[in-house]
Amino acid sequence: MRKFDTKVQHLKYKVLREVARQAWADTLQENLLDIPKIIVPGKVPTMRCCVYKERAILGERVKMAMGGNRQNPNVIEVIDIACDECPMGGYEVTNACRGCLAHRCEDVCKFGAITFDENHVAHIDKTKCRECGQCSKVCPYSAIHNYKRPCETACKVKAISMGEEKEACINNDKCISCGACVYACPFGAITDKSYILNVIDMLKGSHGNQDYKIYAVVAPSVSSQFTYAKLGQVITGIRKLGFHTVIEAALGADMVAMSEARELAEKGFLTSSCCPAFVSYIEKNFPELKQFVSHNLSPMAAIAKYVKDHEKNAKIVFIGPCTAKKAEVQRAEVKDLVDAVMTFEELQALFDSRDIDITALEESDLDNASYFGRIFARSGGLADAVAEAVREQNLEFVLQPCTCDGIEQCKVALLQKKSGKLTANFIEGMACVGGCIGGAGCLTHGEKNKAEVDKYGREALEKTIADAISVLK
Amino acid sequence: MIMKVTVCIGSSCHIKGSRQVVEGLQYYINEEKLGDKVELGGTFCMGKCQMGVCVTVDDKFYSVTPETVKDFFEKEIKAKVK
Repeated sequence: MRKFDTKVQHLKYKVLREVARQAWADTLQENLLDIPKIIVPGKVPTMRCCVYKERAILGERVKMAMGGNRQNPNVIEVIDIACDECPMGGYEVTNACRGCLAHRCEDVCKFGAITFDENHVAHIDKTKCRECGQCSKVCPYSAIHNYKRPCETACKVKAISMGEEKEACINNDKCISCGACVYACPFGAITDKSYILNVIDMLKGSHGNQDYKIYAVVAPSVSSQFTYAKLGQVITGIRKLGFHTVIEAALGADMVAMSEARELAEKGFLTSSCCPAFVSYIEKNFPELKQFVSHNLSPMAAIAKYVKDHEKNAKIVFIGPCTAKKAEVQRAEVKDLVDAVMTFEELQALFDSRDIDITALEESDLDNASYFGRIFARSGGLADAVAEAVREQNLEFVLQPCTCDGIEQCKVALLQKKSGKLTANFIEGMACVGGCIGGAGCLTHGEKNKAEVDKYGREALEKTIADAISVLK
Repeated sequence: MIMKVTVCIGSSCHIKGSRQVVEGLQYYINEEKLGDKVELGGTFCMGKCQMGVCVTVDDKFYSVTPETVKDFFEKEIKAKVK
């Protein structure tokens, strides 16, 4: 079974794995410059024009695996030499145009941008074209193509543009670090910075959890990941890496659902604060709506706070599907709670850097949260959990949620709220389509992921949120 | 001195009934009005998962089940606290 969706992820994984291997062996400084050659040995290029360019780019990937450019606060960065500078001319007529008689393209164009040459072949006048795409839709030969960069298409917040050298550039004032471009770029030229070295240092420095204990807080979307093994084996694998124990972030979600319901009943309107990319989107694009953002910590931060309140020296590493969580831990209210964030991709690399074959391990238990905490991992789950929390606490509040699946739907709801047209009293905002299971740090994305999350939810021992959090008092 | 009772609420102990143990202890502590003498807390994993539900009383280890929680409270908490 395939571990990743794409070969770009696989390449990134190979770099992370090698950097981790060297770090465990204390040989990273010594062998740093050799890592590209370890990954691309020989003289025949397999990805680029020559092995030297491949290795130069790999050198940059090694840098990203080691935390990237520290001068740049964004956790998402462009590797400029990896960017293929793909064309971005917008709609263009390709040589599939047969010069037909029908001229549907001309008829449908409201801007008069289509003309024909002496061979009856269509041309688009760029000064008139508004990029509406209608001509492309009606052409019976599919001869009109939209040349748009995959990164720009993926970036719904319009944070990516073309730089002076035609390379992709990220505008940090707009970027919400969701990672959509990271997953979309076919050349792997945009990538999330990795903090696995911090994690490895922490694990080594704990001397087997003697000096301090390291807790792994794992996101509920893990249920849709590592599909080649059992969830219990993943948990054993995490412990084998040297973590003291593994806790469900979903228990933090249970805590959040309860207090979110109370805050809602008190204030009458809220937007959720679980998805850091959504919160960042509001801050950067709808500052006037910032007042409505829930004051709750995210589930990750809520459970981390509980652990640290009870154990001063504890260290927390969050493992999830999300690149924006890497940005969330830089925030003032979270930075003392969570010590590092890594993705499922990075977890896979760490397993393999230690030659841990999780399929050969016995299973460990993972059961802290309720059904409702666990379904936070998919779109609609947070709203369901808040509705349940309203019921369980007998709050006099009628929840009317607006579930926004992906940042485009978030934008629509926020615009409606801004203009006073939104009837809902709670916006569940998830930047990734599908919710967290659509996150850029997932190993794989599949049709069955939502069903996997729901199944995992139903397997929870505790059936109500109140029961799940009763042990925390 | 306040007696510190810690119950493991990690996954393995949770499945073995740590919620019932916590709720039982809360109930008896309230019933005997020992709230100001006993501090009940939770922790994730004491590293003795086979012996769950793991409980410590001032760092001394006990293995408790939902069935034995009343007995445990009487012997190790009520009888010793003052």
